[in-house]
Parts: sequence; structure tokens; C-alpha cells
Amino acid sequence: MSFQDKLLDSFIAFEQVIDLDNPVHTVRKNALKRFESDGFPTKKDELWKYTSLKSIIQKDYSLSVKSNPNVGLKDIEKYSINDIDSYKIVFVDGVFNPFLSNTTHDGMDICVLSAALSKTKYKKTITKYFNKIVPDDQSLASLNTSYTKEGAYIHIPKSVLPEDPVQILHFSSGKNKPLWLQPRNIIIVEENARVEIIERHQSLRSHDGATNSLTEIYAEKNSFIDYYKIQNDIETSNLIDNTFIDQQRDSNVRVHTFSFGGKLTRNNLNFYHKGENIQSTLKGLTMLEGDQHVDHNTLVNHAQPNCESHQDYKGIFSERSVGVFNGKILVDQIAQKTNAFQQNNNILIDNKAKVNSKPQLEIFADDVKCSHGCTIGQLDKEALFYLKSRGIPDKEAVALLTYGFANSILKSVNIPSLKKRINSLISKKLGVDLGFDL
Amino acid sequence: MLEIDNLHCKIDGKSILKGVNLKIKKGEIHAIMGPNGSGKSTLANVISGHEDYEVTKGSIYFDNKEINDLGVDERAHEGIFMSFQYPVEIPGVTVTNFIKTAINETRKSQGLEDMSSSQMLKKIREKANLLDMDSNFLSRSLNEGFSGGEKKRNEIFQMAMMEPKLAVLDETDSGLDIDALKIVANGVVKCSNDDNSVIVITHYQRLLDYIVPDKVHVIMDGKVVKTGNKDLAKKIEVVGYDWLKKSN
Repeated sequence: MSFQDKLLDSFIAFEQVIDLDNPVHTVRKNALKRFESDGFPTKKDELWKYTSLKSIIQKDYSLSVKSNPNVGLKDIEKYSINDIDSYKIVFVDGVFNPFLSNTTHDGMDICVLSAALSKTKYKKTITKYFNKIVPDDQSLASLNTSYTKEGAYIHIPKSVLPEDPVQILHFSSGKNKPLWLQPRNIIIVEENARVEIIERHQSLRSHDGATNSLTEIYAEKNSFIDYYKIQNDIETSNLIDNTFIDQQRDSNVRVHTFSFGGKLTRNNLNFYHKGENIQSTLKGLTMLEGDQHVDHNTLVNHAQPNCESHQDYKGIFSERSVGVFNGKILVDQIAQKTNAFQQNNNILIDNKAKVNSKPQLEIFADDVKCSHGCTIGQLDKEALFYLKSRGIPDKEAVALLTYGFANSILKSVNIPSLKKRINSLISKKLGVDLGFDL
Repeated sequence: MLEIDNLHCKIDGKSILKGVNLKIKKGEIHAIMGPNGSGKSTLANVISGHEDYEVTKGSIYFDNKEINDLGVDERAHEGIFMSFQYPVEIPGVTVTNFIKTAINETRKSQGLEDMSSSQMLKKIREKANLLDMDSNFLSRSLNEGFSGGEKKRNEIFQMAMMEPKLAVLDETDSGLDIDALKIVANGVVKCSNDDNSVIVITHYQRLLDYIVPDKVHVIMDGKVVKTGNKDLAKKIEVVGYDWLKKSN
């Protein structure tokens, strides 16, 4: 039986453990039907031309854990940021772990989706938002929707400004059969409210599991959302991240994606503008080696006038690693005075590393400023000579140039301890400690 | 300090230096002049150890040790510094972080501990003052968006920080207005003493009004064709190089 058939067949078993009367279930069932007819994407799909899921979906996965993996604080500590206060929503093998988490219902909800689905007081909000921004034509999103059960639920009410960031941490224990995880996160930030979120998926031991995650983000009027994705999983894990962002007028949403690890990572990052004067920032730093593969697929749909979007993706590829950037900017006819900028710069360190970069601009308005630029090159030899002539050895010189290259992404990270953490991840990757943070 | 013996070198298969001989003692300042394409910059690059240049014959001795096989960074550790004619722009790396890394890597190679932050800061301030550099200049990305004059001043600032035994200044005066030239030249003069040496590569006499050389060499077609005192530079300023061609 193919894994796709297993997913379809297992739905009956899944229905045993959820509330079938919840209106969400109709959405699940419809999504399953769509997945059944669409199937997994293949390289024949234009958006999947450079990334094949074949090797992933040929394997067999469990869809849920049978036994408690018994993971404690000491197992996960090093993957979270602990030197600042933060809210934490921790999942282990797809199951919420209240002991490792720090949630709240005090003036805002930072908790889990299963709670929001089961309690009547959340019904109105769930009905208003659930799956409203997710398009029907993306089969992996449909698949995630059909198995909606657990994930982070963050609701920041009007004018609430939480001081501390929220960490959403998904762990795989690796103690069970490889898992196919499908977390579903919903983030609602109301008018004049704000939130900072750090999301991470991490396997605790070697295990070739896969995650098909979906995050819906609703940025209401004049809200601010700062979202950081840390992708530094072990070299056997796979991640498909589907993120859909609904932005209302005057809102500002920034997403930084740091892709340092994992076997195959696919980021589908989609912004939809629903009002005027919106700002969207998409930044990515990818540093890979070995046989790692990261595919960034972005969409910014400028559907209203006077909005801005900035995309800046940088990649450094060693050994046989592969990077893909497919960035689409869609400017509707009504979206006059749009400013949309996109930049994708890549450095290939080794001969066998590869990058496919594909900017896509579809512009139907006539009074807009849009630009895109893409480069694929090597480290500048004259720059290396310059650094070495000042006594900086080869490895350190390469590291310094790499840091410099990555700096435009790092410098807009607003959480200092996160920035420090990312700096140290980069140092580790480069095998060099330069003794300063950028 | 530096002794170059019958140095031949090639780049991309093309011979550039065809038997250069040069001897520079401790505490001396030498100027190297010559027409475009004569091999002046090549000589600077070869002394620094640029990997694109292939030494086909001859030797470079530094402190009585042959350095032909030393890498670029190793030569810097030995005390060789080159001020670039075209300093490279390095976005995202600040002048301060760059110079800290350069100094501490050099110290590491000598078995020394990192310089303390306060000591480093003090030294940076002192040398920046010497070259009349604004403090915000230090937190800017290395050479990025610098004017020609700022780039050259930054080169000499690095020289002042690194305190090399031998500084090779490759057309440090090109692109400088007279005020900037004075500041840069003054910086060089203040850094030079009885224990270090300077090679000034230039087209123009005017720099040598400020950095007065002990000897002046003229390179033509990959060879030193004439050596003299500072008056040689003055003569060249007036009559050019043609007379040397004939006598050559």
C-alpha cells in the first residue's frame, strides 16, 4: 500500500479520536477529498520542478505515537532559548507536553489547538478564522487540514502587547517508528496587537521522520508580527512548512527563515494582502552541506494599493547541497503604488553544490515599483586575498566573508538572544569562532 | 629586512617580472617608480604572496629567511603588509571587527593571547585619530561606499594597527586630493621608525615630498633599470622615463 493510500485509509481510525460534531470536521473531510484527487505533488507540477518528494513518500510512517516517548527537560533544553523569559508550546511526537511548556490564558491565549477546538468559548474564533486563508489547490495543505488535531493556538486580543516571545517547539523523539507529523498552528493577532514567535522543528535522535506543518497567521489592522523559523534539524529529517499569512490594513508581518539543517526542507511561504498600507518582509538565510536540500517557495499577493513587500534570501551551499528559490510576486490590477522588492543571492562553495533560482513577477497594475535580482557565484577571490594579507588564515577569511554575506539577514533579527543563538549556529557551521557577533 | 634576488614571475602564462633585484635595510624607505605595466604592482603582490602570481625563478628573503613558499597570511604574520591600490569592499563586516580579527589572528600565530577589548579600543582610537578618521567610520562595512580617499586612509589605518616590519604601499596616493594625501603621508611617516621599512610605489613625485625615500628605483619591463636617491624621482617628474629606455 502506498503511503498516500495509507493516509486515506487511516482517516477512519483518526475519526475515532476526534469530535465529529465539530464544524471543523466538515472542513477536514472536504480537504481529504481534495487530497485524494490531487495526490502528492510531483516534479511535473511547476512549483515542484526542482524538489522531489518521491524518496520521502516511498517510505512508511506512523501517523501517531503508540507509547509515551518519555522526553524530559534535559533532552530538549538546548534547542530552546532559555536566557530570556518566553512562552513555550512544546510538542513531542505530535503530542502537547504541558510539563515542558509555558502557556497562558491571562489576557491572551497562548495554548494548543486541541483545547481551542474542544472548548465552546473558542468556537466563534475558530469558525471565523480556521482554514480561511488556506487555498484549496495545494494538496499538502489539504492533507494537513484533513488531519487537523493539534498545534499551537495563539490569540492576541486587541491592543495587547506581550512582552515575551512565544517559542513553538516541535520535537521528534526518534524512539518510535518514523513519524509523519502534521502540526496545525493558528495565530491570530488582533488590531494594534503584536507578537514575536520563534518556531523550531527538531529530532532528538537520528530518525527519518517527516513533518508536514501548516501555520495560518491572521494579522489584523495595524498589528505587528515578527516570526522566526529555525530549521536546523538532523540530516535525516524532512520538513514541509506551509505558512499562509492574511494581512489587514496597516499591518506589518516579518518572517525570517534560517535553514541550516534537515535532509529535505520545503518552505511554502504565502502572504495575502487584504488592505492598504501593509508591510511584508520575507528574509531567509540558508547554509547547507552534505546532501541537504532546501526549497524556498514564496508568494506575495499584492491585492490592495499602497503596500510594500521586501524579500531578501541568501544561501551558502557546500559539498553536494542543493538550494531552490522560487519567489512569486503577484500584483493585482487594483494594487497601484505597490512597492515590491525581491533579492536572492547565492554562494556556491563547492563544485557539486547547486542552486535553482526563479523569480516570478506577475504585474497587472501599471503604477508600481517592483524589482528582483538574483545572483549565483563564488566567494570573491580578491576579497579572500585582501583578508589573508591582513594575517587572517584561509578558514577564518572564508568565515568572515560568509558572515558579511549573511549579515543583511541577521541584522534585522530583533530578539538579541535569538540573534546570538543564530550567530553561534553559523560559527559552528563554519567551524570558526570569530569572537564577535554581527 | 627584505632582499629580492633575481625574481621572475608569471601570471596567466605571461612573464611580468624578469629578474628583479632589490635590497631594503631596516629603517629604510624605498620608492619604486616606473611606467604603467612595468611590473610595480606585480612586485607588491608577489611580495605579499598573491597566489595568482607564479614565481618561476629567484627568491624573496625576509629577515634572512626565504619566504617563497609562505602563504599570504603567513607572510602577514611575519610582518609584511601591503596597502592595496584598490582596496576590496567587504559588505557586512565592520572596520572594527575586521581589524580585531586581523590583529588577534596574527597574535595567535605568534602564540600570544587575544588583545583585550579595552586595549584594542584604545589602540583603534589612537590610530583613527592619527589618520583623522571619524569614529562612525569604524562601524561602517569595510570599504563599502567609501570614497577613494577614505579607502586609502583606511589602508594606512590598518597599517598603523598591524605595525608591520615592512609596509608595501601600492599607489596609495592615487585618487587622493592634496589634503587627504597629506594626512595619509603623515600617517605613514609617524608609523615609520628605525625598526621598520617602507616600499612606496608611486607614479608621482608629490607623495615623496612627504614620505622622503632613502632610495628610488625605477622598474621597466620587469627589471630594476635605475637606482638613485630622491633626486631621481624629481628628474623623472620632469623628463619622464624615455631617457632610461635609451640607456637600457
